[in-house]
Amino acid sequence: MSRKLISGDTLCRILYVDLTNRSFWTEERPDLFETYLGGTGVASKLLLQECPKGAAPLGPENPIVFAVGPLNGVYPLASKTVAMFKSPLTGNLGESHAGGRSATAIRLAGYGAIVIKGSSDTPVYISIHGEKLEFRVASVLWGMGNSYTVGRVIREREAGSGIRTIMRIGRAGERLISYASVITETYRHFGRLGLGAVFGSKKLKALVVSGKRRLKVKDPGAYREAYEEIFKSVTKSPAMKKYHELGTPMNINVLNESRSLPTKNLMKSHFEKAENISGESFAKNYLGRRVACSHCPVSCIHLAALREPYVSEPLFFKTCMISYDYELIYALGSMLEVADPSGLLRLLDEVEIQGLDAMSTGLILAWATEAQEKQLISEKEVRLRLSWGDVEQYLQAIRMIVEQPNDFYLALGKGVEYASTKYGGGDFALAFGGNEMPGYHTGPAAYLGFLVGARHSHLDSAGYSIDQKASLTKEPLEIEKIVDLLLAEERWRQILSSLVVCFFARNNYTPEFVIKALSTVGYEFDQKKLMNTGHEILKMKNEFKIREGFNPDSLRIPRRILETPTSLGNLQENTLREGVELYFAKVLSKGQISSV
Amino acid sequence: MQRVLQGRMSVRDVNLCVGCQCCMFACARRFGEAGLGRSAIQVNSAGGVERGFIVIVCRGCTDPACLKSCPTDALSKRAHGGVILDQKKCIGCGNCIDACTLRAIFWDEEKNKPIVCTHCGLCVQHCPYDVLKIEPAGVEKID
Repeated sequence: MSRKLISGDTLCRILYVDLTNRSFWTEERPDLFETYLGGTGVASKLLLQECPKGAAPLGPENPIVFAVGPLNGVYPLASKTVAMFKSPLTGNLGESHAGGRSATAIRLAGYGAIVIKGSSDTPVYISIHGEKLEFRVASVLWGMGNSYTVGRVIREREAGSGIRTIMRIGRAGERLISYASVITETYRHFGRLGLGAVFGSKKLKALVVSGKRRLKVKDPGAYREAYEEIFKSVTKSPAMKKYHELGTPMNINVLNESRSLPTKNLMKSHFEKAENISGESFAKNYLGRRVACSHCPVSCIHLAALREPYVSEPLFFKTCMISYDYELIYALGSMLEVADPSGLLRLLDEVEIQGLDAMSTGLILAWATEAQEKQLISEKEVRLRLSWGDVEQYLQAIRMIVEQPNDFYLALGKGVEYASTKYGGGDFALAFGGNEMPGYHTGPAAYLGFLVGARHSHLDSAGYSIDQKASLTKEPLEIEKIVDLLLAEERWRQILSSLVVCFFARNNYTPEFVIKALSTVGYEFDQKKLMNTGHEILKMKNEFKIREGFNPDSLRIPRRILETPTSLGNLQENTLREGVELYFAKVLSKGQISSV
Repeated sequence: MQRVLQGRMSVRDVNLCVGCQCCMFACARRFGEAGLGRSAIQVNSAGGVERGFIVIVCRGCTDPACLKSCPTDALSKRAHGGVILDQKKCIGCGNCIDACTLRAIFWDEEKNKPIVCTHCGLCVQHCPYDVLKIEPAGVEKID
């Protein structure tokens, strides 16, 4: 079966950058891209090769791998870049995806992957314009209080307006907070699992990439036809409507009504004031602009316009544009019982200014509030009186997480798992595999997904969707069935994130269409081969995790998730444990999968 | 029978632009290719995406400055506005790029020649928010 890349396709080029020696080189690896497509497939392989066993996540030996795939720059909604690294938050597999213009820029600069190795002794940023790479001094940017300013400075300094990505870290990344993010195009993020801290540990403030190459296709006629098919599908389909109109915050009311919206550190699954912070309410009162990633007609990025007066200067105002999404509203809204939408926007803005992951930050604050309430930690340590809904206290706490004035904030900066081992309160420390949990208290499938998913994220296998369907159909959900559904989804998502297609288009990019689209760029795949490749990639990730000390038997299940009823009733720990065992028996089994 | 004559490109309302750049990719597909190497339209942010976007595209001047700057007469007037490029005459000096106030002539790095908008409307068809339009240039009778 032919899997050949089109002759001259630069996808197979890997750009290596060594920060220790300030050097760079490219290698052509068509074998990797022909076997694993690109994106998460190729990045997983590169991580296995480049990251030595037992590497310290914040040591120079931890590589950062960015990878794009064969459909980036070719089809709409193939708009994502995959980043892989060893996570400082979990001490294991780190994987985070972002859009913005990152994927278009990397692909059209002429690379399929960028691997950043080593560590600089002084702050630098890397500027890549096509074939040209330069290391630039970043000492003036290091320590800047506001990540927005860093973006503005680089924007003025660098070429490539409109066709570039500017990935940068804030103070949180510099100060090695385990869940620091990398911000790209101001409102998109490699948010989860601490890529920002890995940047910081390498004294890498930013990465600029621009490019504008043309890409050949195998058969222009077939390409145009396939393009029109998917373009029509993503612009007209009802499946895309929710992302298009209210954006992901549409889920706030939906999950709240089904009693699945984690609230007050999951003491509750329903927030009586959810309406205030719902997608509908933000759209009505704050929505100021809609923005899209490069090559995505959906424009799911919703920016709220927040007008605030200056206290010291009468009749002076600032109007901030603040990005809001479901997970952010859940983590810093319902989990903290923040019902004031403008207060919530200020929290989101502060997280952005500092360059933190909003989800982990929200959950850390929720844990700390409950721990202080239960007197596990004293006011002397917290230096604040954290209480549910109190935005002013939370704003100060966010700044102190980054400033780290004492041992308590040092612990908070390492995530809820670490903080709870130090101060207690593990029963309500809501992390799975060390990663703070996403906002879906829907039922067993969601939680089993968080437990077994390669990156302990709702994006691994979307278990919430299995729960939601079961809740509608009232059909019983056997654990074996959940495992099979999660595995099938996670396997398929390896393919989508190797192409690299945004998961919002998962209903449009069917296996049939993916096979067709791949054939226009030279790949001949059938469904079985595709599914086997997905399985292989997933297995590779789990092999990396096991090599780095992951043990499914020691996965922690916080008691809180069992206490608060989900929309499908109370969860049972032994059922979840059984699911974990079944899942890993299947994912790590030898040989190829027999059915699709 | 009547046929509406294809006029020239215009930007209907830039405030509706979300920066998806689907127009840029559509333009490149004219040549049966992907990527952006030969796109004749570009969308930049207006100093950060929070401030919105700028659409850079040929507006089809009736008195084109680019045409006047060409030392080899490679550019000629297009009916209903804009210019037509004769690749054979063009020496790739780049004068036309500097002459355009909007900087709406782009560059083919491989061929070292300018890329000029042909006002074909493919970008308009792929703009999901009706930011762009082709002004009709009148009606032609067809027998």
